[in-house]
Formats: sequence, C-alpha cells, structure tokens
Amino acid sequence: MRWLFLKDLTILRRSPLLVALLVIYPIVISVLIGFALSAGPDKPKVAFVNEVPASENIINLGGEEVDVSKYADQIFESIDPVRVSSREEALKKVEDGEVLGALIIPADITDKLDSGLGSAQVEVIYNAEDPLKRDLVRNTIKSQVQDANAALTKRFTELAIRDLNTVLQGGTINFPIRGDVDILGLQKSREVLEQARDELPEDSPARPEIERVIQFAGLADFGLDLFPPEKVLAAVGEPIQPKLTEVEGGRTPLDAFAVAIAVTVSLMFVTLLLAAGTLAAEREENAFLRLVRGLVSKTGLLVEKIGLAAFCSLVVTLLMMCGLALFVGLDFGRAGFWVIALAAGALAFGAMGVAIGALTREVRAASLLAFMISLPIAFLAIVPSGAVSPALYDVIRVVSALFPFKPTLAALDAAINDAGSLTTPLLHLAALVAAFSLAARLALRRFV
Amino acid sequence: MEPVLEAEGLVKRFGDREALRGVSLSVAPGELVGVIGPNGAGKTTLLSILAGSQRPDEGEVSRSPGEVGWVPQQAALYGKLTVEENLRLFARLEKCPDVGAAVDGMLEQTQLGDRRHSPVAELSGGNRQRVNIAIGLLPDPPVLLLDEPSTALDPRQRERLWEFILALSKGGTAVIYSTHNVAEAERYASQLAVLADGERLFSGSPAELEQTVGTSDLDFEEAFVRFLHDQGH
Repeated sequence: MRWLFLKDLTILRRSPLLVALLVIYPIVISVLIGFALSAGPDKPKVAFVNEVPASENIINLGGEEVDVSKYADQIFESIDPVRVSSREEALKKVEDGEVLGALIIPADITDKLDSGLGSAQVEVIYNAEDPLKRDLVRNTIKSQVQDANAALTKRFTELAIRDLNTVLQGGTINFPIRGDVDILGLQKSREVLEQARDELPEDSPARPEIERVIQFAGLADFGLDLFPPEKVLAAVGEPIQPKLTEVEGGRTPLDAFAVAIAVTVSLMFVTLLLAAGTLAAEREENAFLRLVRGLVSKTGLLVEKIGLAAFCSLVVTLLMMCGLALFVGLDFGRAGFWVIALAAGALAFGAMGVAIGALTREVRAASLLAFMISLPIAFLAIVPSGAVSPALYDVIRVVSALFPFKPTLAALDAAINDAGSLTTPLLHLAALVAAFSLAARLALRRFV
Repeated sequence: MEPVLEAEGLVKRFGDREALRGVSLSVAPGELVGVIGPNGAGKTTLLSILAGSQRPDEGEVSRSPGEVGWVPQQAALYGKLTVEENLRLFARLEKCPDVGAAVDGMLEQTQLGDRRHSPVAELSGGNRQRVNIAIGLLPDPPVLLLDEPSTALDPRQRERLWEFILALSKGGTAVIYSTHNVAEAERYASQLAVLADGERLFSGSPAELEQTVGTSDLDFEEAFVRFLHDQGH
C-alpha cells in the first residue's frame, strides 16, 4: 500500500494542471474570502450639501450648546461624501451618475432643532435607474439618519430629564429669550406652603385653598418619585428595546464562521476529487484488475486512496487556514483541534470520494459526479432554520446528515472558534467514514 | 511431462448467460497454447479466471493467482511513470526479493534499457505492450497468460513481440494467449483451444484441427471457419 501511495504522489507531482486546480484554487478562494472579510463593502458615493453656515452649527437646548455637525458626522460613517456647494450641483452629480445619491442639510435645520417645535428635515435625492443602487443608497442613508436621530433624541432626553428634576427639586432652568430662571421646585414649594398654612389661623378662609395646593405639590412629588423622569423619558424615546438572547452556541463571529465554511468547501473539493479521481484512474489505466488479483486487496486499495486524498487535502487546507489567519484572527493555540477536525473531515470526504470513484470507470466521469454531488450538499448544509418550512428543513437536516459537509463544518467551527462540542461531529464523521467505505467496497464488486 | 497448469470444468455465469461451460485445460512447461474463437466465445473470461482476477462459479484451477503471470489485453500501466518506475512499482508489489535485479533483468529481456527513463505514455504501442508483458513476468511465473497481446500492433512490432514470446517459451515458460488472428494461432501455438459460446470445441495442434476438418485444399483460416460451421457456430 505504501508503494501505491508513493506512486500516486509521483503521478500527482507530474500532473501540474491537476495540482494547480487542487492547490491554487482553494488558496485563491481563501485569499478572496480573506480580502472580502477584512476590507468590508465599499461605501456608496453620495453628494453632500450642508447649507447651514458653520457658525450656526451650534444649537441651544435648555442652556446647553449642542454641536449638530457632530451628529451629521455619523451619516458619513457609511457613505463616501462628495462635498458640493449647492443643491443644483448635487442634483447634477446624481443625474450624471457621478454619485449614487445626494444628501442635503437645509439652512433652517438648526433653527428647527433649536426651537424644539416640530421635526427638522434633511433631503435625500437618489437615482432610481438601478434598483440595487437605489436600495443601497436609500437604506444606508435612512439607517444612518435614524442613528443620528437616536443620538439627538438621547441628548434631548437627557436635557428634559435635567429640567424635570429641577422642577421637582428646584434650581435654574434656561429659557429662550428670558435666560436663566430660578425655579423653587415642587418639594420646596410644598414645604413653603406647609409653613404658610401653619402660620394661618385655623379658621382662615385661605387655609383650604393652600391645603389643595399642598396636596397637588405632594401628589406631583409622589408621582415623579414613583415614575422617575429618566425612566419615563427613556421609555418614550425608545419604547421598544430588543433583548438579544443567543441559543445553541452561537459564539462564533461571522468572519470566523466564514473561515470554517471556506475551509470546509475547499476540503470537500480537494478530497472528493482526489479520492474519486485516483480510484477511477486505476481503472482508466487498466491497472485495477492487475492490482486486485493478489497484489493489493480491494479494501487496501480503498484505504490507500482515502489516505492519499485525506493527506493531500489536510496539507492544502492547513496552508489555507494559515493564509486566512492573515486576514482573520485565528487562535493558533487551537491548531491541534484544527488538525483533528480537518483530518476527520478529510477521511469522511475521502470515503465518500472513493464511493463515487467506485461507481465510475473514468476520471472525468468521477470528477464530474463528485462536483455535481458536492455543490448541493454544501448548499443544503448551510441553509439556516427558518429560511424554509419546518418540514422541508427536517428533510434538509436528514439529507445533510448523510454527507460529511455539515459535520465537518460543525467540527471545524468547534475547532476554530470553540463553538460547541467537537466530539459529536467527530463521531458523526467516523460513522460516515465507515458507511461510505462500505458502499465503495460493495460498488467495486461490479468491476470484477 | 507434468502439466504446469490445469483447469478443470470451469463454469462462469453472468446473470442468465453462461460465459464458460465446463472448460478444461492442461498446459505443459514451455508450451504455447493459443485460445481462439469468435467474439463472445469466452476467451477473455477463461484467461481472467486462470489469472485469478475472476472467480469461476464452478471448477478449479491448479495454480493460485500469484503463481501465474497475467498480461491483460490493454496495457495496465501508469502513463505518467517511466518504464523503470512502472517495473519497480510492480516488482515491489509482487514482493520480488531483489527489486533492482528484477527490474534490470526485465529491461534487458525486453530490450527497453535505453527507454528506462521514458514515460510510458510516450512509448509506441509495441514497446508499451513489451512493458506490459515484462510486468507480467516480474514474479518469474511458470505460466504466462496473454490476452490478445498483438492487438493494435503493426506487423513489425508484432514480429518483435512474438520473437520475445517464443524466447520465453524456449526458456520453459508456458504461455497461454488468446487471439483473433488465426494465422498467429497456427504459426506459434503448439496447442489450440477453440472456444465458442463458452464451450471448448477443440483441443490439439493446428495440424490436428485441419485434419478434423478433413479437406486439404483449405488454408488454416478457412479450415477454422469450416470447423466452426460444422460445429454449428
């Protein structure tokens, strides 16, 4: 078996096109995924007109000076702003296709914000010629304006809470035009009124009226004590807050999970194609019958092909992971687990590959069959629950469990990201190795 | 002389079809046995069973597969390996005691020493067949089975191949070969086994086959066709 293994390695070494496909292809994929993960999406170009004079960017909210331009900067986080001087110029750039859209901040925005009456408006212009671009610009700007709104709302709420607390406890509130005004506060008002009431004669006609005002002040104090302004206004400003709870592991960041998927896809292609191809090649070269008439047992031949494919794909995918580690932070302290997961996945894919190779007589047919089978099983394995009906998802789960992609992905995810148990997918893969090896052994019977 | 290979009552079925029906054969050392017959007669099946690459449903063969050299019809070689690498690989798989000596011996015997570093894919059909035969001879078997060895060879290559096979026979190796070329059977075989529809119709020398037909004005090929016709084929 050792000599067959070395023979196959020699043949691979002399097949540069095949090696290029099997080695360079996954490495290119890994580099592309790495760039995609680290670079992120391009920001859409948007023309930006700020009609507010620089000196008027500051608004006064209850005596607090707030720089509105600070909140406008949030919008620029997701767009590439092209600053222009007028609305007309912005509109022309949109029409000419130089920018995907335009964002116009009108001159009266600070006045409207300053007055605290009604909403201020910004204008968004976008080109609807391309639906994809249209939606990208619309959603990006809408989302960022909402974020800016939320930030401003939070600031408004803080100021309102401060003023309400002053109304309760007393202090200074700044009013437009009038400036700072001393407020006695409900609590002190009550104390003053109680003192005034006590100084009045018992039969004073003013006493019941003062009593009513004291009761009002007491109720207001009690109410504000029971429903603190900071809680009430926070609830008004953000009535619905999402409470995020993760179930079933889920500690894997998206980019690290993408690494697991990229490596599993490469492992699948390399192992399946090698195992199926090298076994089919024995028949294509007419050597199969010569080998199995006493030189090598059929089971030994299958073991050799599985081992060869698993060894080569393990090397390739380990290199690939090292390449991906340049872009995504991978914990090299878990490298031992990577090797275990990759080896188990490679053996399972190898067993599946020889089952495919045992069904075919030619390398081309084996490769085509391996390719045709691998794409759907990879696709099915990453369909998330909820994306299809529960019954269909159950079918997909069963089908995915019959092939090595999903357990390999789970094993790699556990190995790379410490997400979930590594033992369960390893046992699953071991069962698949046995099942596919048996299927391959049975399939070989028809060629003798 | 003690037979070097004996097969007794070989039967092989593929589904409902009987490819071999109780075929027996006895081969002496150095004998050249030609297995001839029309298409589908069972020639390749017989050689595959004698080689041990197929099991008979009934009957038995006196030697185990490891004791019989087998050269399949199509060259069973690795095209990307050189002549020497192919020989070395199979010598190792055959567990030859001295791999280097076995390879050198075969290169000398097949006169392919000057092509030892050539990839098999670059060899002519004749040279490829010689390597194919050399691999069958690596374990130094007392019996060599050749399945249509001269197919796809030009006359010159065929002539050189037969020189090689005759030399083997003279050296004491029994050679059993199947062929469609009746002239090759007449010219080189010391014993003929005529098969048709899985049945052995005749066993004897080419001259005995001509005598069986009973006319002297026919050449061997015509006599062979007449024989088949007389036997209902």
